[in-house]
Amino acid sequence: MEGMAGQKSSLTWAVNIAAFLLVLAWTIPTLGLFVSSFRDRDQIASTGWWQSFSGSEQTGFVRTGTDDDATQVDGMYVIEGNVLEGEQSLIAWGTGARQPAEFQPGETTQIEDGWDLTVNEDGSYRLSSAEPFEMRRGERIFTTTEVPPKFTTANYRRVLTAEGLGRAFMNTMTVTIPATVIPILIAAFAAYALAWMEFPGRAILTAAVVGLLVVPLQVSLIPLLRLHNDLGIGKGYLGIWLAHTGFGLPLAVYLLRNYMVGLPREVIESARVDGATEFQIFRRIILPLSFPALASFAIFQFLWVWNDLLVATVFLGNTREQLVMTGVLRELMGSKGGEWEILATSAFISIAVPLIVFFAMQKYLVRGLLAGSVKGG
Amino acid sequence: MELFWLAISTIVIGVFGCVAWFWGSNMVLDAIYPPRGENAGDNIRRANQVRPWLFLGPALLFLGLYLVYPVIDSLWRSLHNADGSRFVGGSNYSWLLGDGKFRESMRNNMLWLLVVPALSTFFGLIAAQLTDRIKWGNIGKSLIFMPMAISFVGAGVIWKFIYEYRAPDETQIGLLNWIVTKLGGDPQIWLTLLPWNNFFLMIVLVWIQTGFAMVILSAALRGIPEETIEAAILDGASPMQVFMKIKVPQIMGTIAVVWTTITIVVLKVFDIVFVMTNGQWGTQVLANLMYDWMFRGSPDYGRGSAIAIVLMILVTPIMVWNIRNARKEVR
Repeated sequence: MEGMAGQKSSLTWAVNIAAFLLVLAWTIPTLGLFVSSFRDRDQIASTGWWQSFSGSEQTGFVRTGTDDDATQVDGMYVIEGNVLEGEQSLIAWGTGARQPAEFQPGETTQIEDGWDLTVNEDGSYRLSSAEPFEMRRGERIFTTTEVPPKFTTANYRRVLTAEGLGRAFMNTMTVTIPATVIPILIAAFAAYALAWMEFPGRAILTAAVVGLLVVPLQVSLIPLLRLHNDLGIGKGYLGIWLAHTGFGLPLAVYLLRNYMVGLPREVIESARVDGATEFQIFRRIILPLSFPALASFAIFQFLWVWNDLLVATVFLGNTREQLVMTGVLRELMGSKGGEWEILATSAFISIAVPLIVFFAMQKYLVRGLLAGSVKGG
Repeated sequence: MELFWLAISTIVIGVFGCVAWFWGSNMVLDAIYPPRGENAGDNIRRANQVRPWLFLGPALLFLGLYLVYPVIDSLWRSLHNADGSRFVGGSNYSWLLGDGKFRESMRNNMLWLLVVPALSTFFGLIAAQLTDRIKWGNIGKSLIFMPMAISFVGAGVIWKFIYEYRAPDETQIGLLNWIVTKLGGDPQIWLTLLPWNNFFLMIVLVWIQTGFAMVILSAALRGIPEETIEAAILDGASPMQVFMKIKVPQIMGTIAVVWTTITIVVLKVFDIVFVMTNGQWGTQVLANLMYDWMFRGSPDYGRGSAIAIVLMILVTPIMVWNIRNARKEVR
């Protein structure tokens, strides 16, 4: 028995560790973007984001003062100064390029005939000599310094104002909200008809909706672009709202129908017997009871529209004022491939809203996924 | 601000318009066939024959105009020349067969089709099994599921940062190259590295889709009757055997659903390739190729439509399979 218990706990350990590694692997990419969005350009370019918490080591050199800076103290000629700037702290120093970290802070060394050099932990140095100095350029002091971890919100300020992401944020909102609300209403009525009304062709229509679920969006692009142009809608918000409504409907009708079919028959039958009209039944009974399914679809559609690039590029146009956030990101990736601080910050702003929605409404999202997929098997 | 009011007024007009249609048309119907008086029974019956179509009307209009009509129109356009002015028969399709970029796209789409659903389902299954057995499983699930909420473009940025390349003598700021150099290898420009760059793009989609697979499979795993598992354990099966021989076979149906759902996503994959390589360096895929033909200097709608129809043909088997499953369930 003891052996079994031991085996069991080691298995639990293995499961925990494996799960942890898996979660880590799935989280790290996003974490990297998040951390990078708070680093300035030089930091991003000089070290990886995973090194940003430990403070970064830098090496370099400074020159001491020259003859002119020398003062006489107790008969000695002395040049003093400091090798550090800002929030750096000194780790090691040296006097030659070959051994730039030869000495610890506080140590003293002799350079050239009788010149003593001391560099202290606070960065102050003291070069002293019994004879007057004769040098045109200062001596080089090589330093290894550490810069404490530093994070900034400057990227966010810059991106939201100067880079036009604020405008794109508004555009995305403008596209997303109507494109989420309108299909829900249309689909709810259709789903009710498919679930609870008797009419010829019901089975075929239901099957058609299932079939339309997988029609590739790409097939619709050219015909609809032409259609919108012929109808005079052209490129603009109206067109993209209509397009997203059309593309979202199969899933909406499918999800809602599946949910409504499962509602208790007695409630609906008894309402009918009591003389309620179909419209009243729908509004008073079906709609409130279907709230979880409505919420599921709303989240799907919201995420899908918010994250969409293709439909927006085709139906909304590509001028600076029209771009949605995914469009801006795409432009940044093309034109500013090297400016990681701008790219990382913009990307994080664009994924922040979906992430908030995701974590707040996860329950409904999972429920919707299950309703939409498991039944098929 | 102007934009804000535009959006608000659209919602109001849209919602109001919908409600007005449904409510108004029902009123009209009740006025024509009043459900009372001497013919009440007949009237109710007639009204009930019409009413479903009032409820379905707007949805059918949208589905017809935005999904059914485009398929037919694309088919028509694919048989015509660039601007649709002349019938060219199957020449767009025969051109496709001879086009190097198209063949590259087909090959890549097939690669994606093999790799992404398999890896996503595999990792999803492992994640489901692991997270179901630990205390902090729900948090773990959330975190693995999270990429689902991230746009393909956002994911493109995230992973491009991981694949970032710096010359060998510089500090690597891309995580992958940093690890590779720490292990003693040379940094690589992953996204131009044939033929592996396709694989690096696929990882992005696997990363996104694994959460979906995990959620569905986790629910299926929990739905397995306890008795079957207990019986196997009593018979001395190891945890691995229980998983492989008892659990997996029982959720095969769900695995198939997950697999096909991801397959659909894969066939349509566009954004990831579009923003990360734009189909250069041998990474072209059908959806991006089609976009190219639609929006290049002089668009060729005939060829673009032909590619769209190829995509449509590729999803058709899954469509048929789904419909059959759905009908089985209705019965």
